[in-house]
Amino acid sequence: MSPHPLVVRSEEFVAPGSHDFDLPPILGNSEFFTKPMLLLLLSVVIVATFFWLAARKATIVPGKLQFAGEGAYTFVRNGVARDVIGSRDFMRFVPWLFALFYFVLVNNLFGIVPLIQFPTMSKVGVAYALAGVTWLIFNGIGIRKHGFLGYLRHTTVPAGVPAYILPLLIPIEFISNILVRPLTLSLRLFANMFAGHLLLLVFILGGEYLLLHAEGLTRLAGIPALLLALVFTFFEALVQVLQAYIFVLLSALYVAGSLAEEH
Amino acid sequence: MRQIAVLTAEAAAAEEELNPLVPHVAEIIVGLVAFGLLLLVLGRAVVPRFEKAFDQRRAAIEGGMQRAEQAQAEAQAALEEYRSQLANARHESARMREEAREQGAAILAEMREEAQARANGIITAAHEQIAADRQRAATHLRTEVGGIAAQLAERIVGESLEDDGRQQRVIDRFLDELETTGGDLASGDGGRTARGGRHQAGTSGPTAESGEPAVVAGEAAAGAPRGATALGTPPKTRGGR
Repeated sequence: MSPHPLVVRSEEFVAPGSHDFDLPPILGNSEFFTKPMLLLLLSVVIVATFFWLAARKATIVPGKLQFAGEGAYTFVRNGVARDVIGSRDFMRFVPWLFALFYFVLVNNLFGIVPLIQFPTMSKVGVAYALAGVTWLIFNGIGIRKHGFLGYLRHTTVPAGVPAYILPLLIPIEFISNILVRPLTLSLRLFANMFAGHLLLLVFILGGEYLLLHAEGLTRLAGIPALLLALVFTFFEALVQVLQAYIFVLLSALYVAGSLAEEH
Repeated sequence: MRQIAVLTAEAAAAEEELNPLVPHVAEIIVGLVAFGLLLLVLGRAVVPRFEKAFDQRRAAIEGGMQRAEQAQAEAQAALEEYRSQLANARHESARMREEAREQGAAILAEMREEAQARANGIITAAHEQIAADRQRAATHLRTEVGGIAAQLAERIVGESLEDDGRQQRVIDRFLDELETTGGDLASGDGGRTARGGRHQAGTSGPTAESGEPAVVAGEAAAGAPRGATALGTPPKTRGGR
């Protein structure tokens, strides 16, 4: 038997896949002590420590650390929360949006941090959890403001639409605004991180395999593959920041929609 | 080919097991706990401190601006007050100046009036004095002249009125006597000396040997009374001519 060389290789080279995201427990058999779970806690420690140090001695005239912390805080406070929700109600959502952005951002950036190199948000459960929090908040706020039926009407009945379209429109609006929002929110984040990580795995592991184990000139193909991995790393950095921003921006938008008087 | 089919089947089986969309419960729990922890720390310890710093900063800036505005307002008020005071002072001074001018004019008018009155009084007094003097002199003169005229008339009547020379001599003599006795009735010194001169000239005719100048004067004077007497004019005016 002389099978196709690539098929022979495939027996040795295991292509990256979802199994690469299913990391084994570190201690014992517990699912709670896997690498992603530790990364989540690490991100909490990093973010909390940085901002705690920056805000610890907050004064009128800021030092360097306080200035950096304030800049990071103001980006979410003014750039997202106040601009989207409006200066009347935004302040009570600032802690949540602030924590959310830096939590997602740091966990995303873990994907390209050397030695860590795993974006925690590629674990869909974490994305579900965060999107679930957003879902609870924007629905809860809406129900508290408009009442349960009032909120349903508020979200599912668009203003200025002829009555005969409503039977068609209300289910669509309900599905889109109530059911699908958390899914799209979480899946957007998860899929971007998952795909990005997969992409890097393919280029890095594939390039390494070509360079080390391929025969003849095929080895040279490993060089551009690794170079591309470098390029994609920078690209991933962009995507990771952008996805964190989008996640927080959409969360704020949903809250703003629930708070709106009429839309 | 069979191998590939087996591989893909295995892979499919593996992926079914590891559907990435199906979450581990642990992930959700740990994710929530981690996020909750972070939210707690940031919400409790970070956001309030930053907000406090922002408030303090805003207060400091607004306070500074407010202070500046207040200072400006105060300065403006002070300026207004100063200006109004200045205007008042100007008004006051103008008023006082006007008053003083009026007062001065009044005083001046009063004084002028007073002076006028006094001058009028003095003039009136002087007039009265003069009138009285004149009256007295007139009275005196009347008595004197009356007496004198009576004396003269007596003499003239007493003497012979034959020739002019004699009559003239009577008059001259009378006048001479008048001069020596009651000369104070004469009007002035000049008149008296002129008369004296004439008297000397008239009398020096016979006593011409006293001196040459006197002689010349006596001649000149002596000739004149003769011509004058011929004409019949009074000797006083003749001597003056």
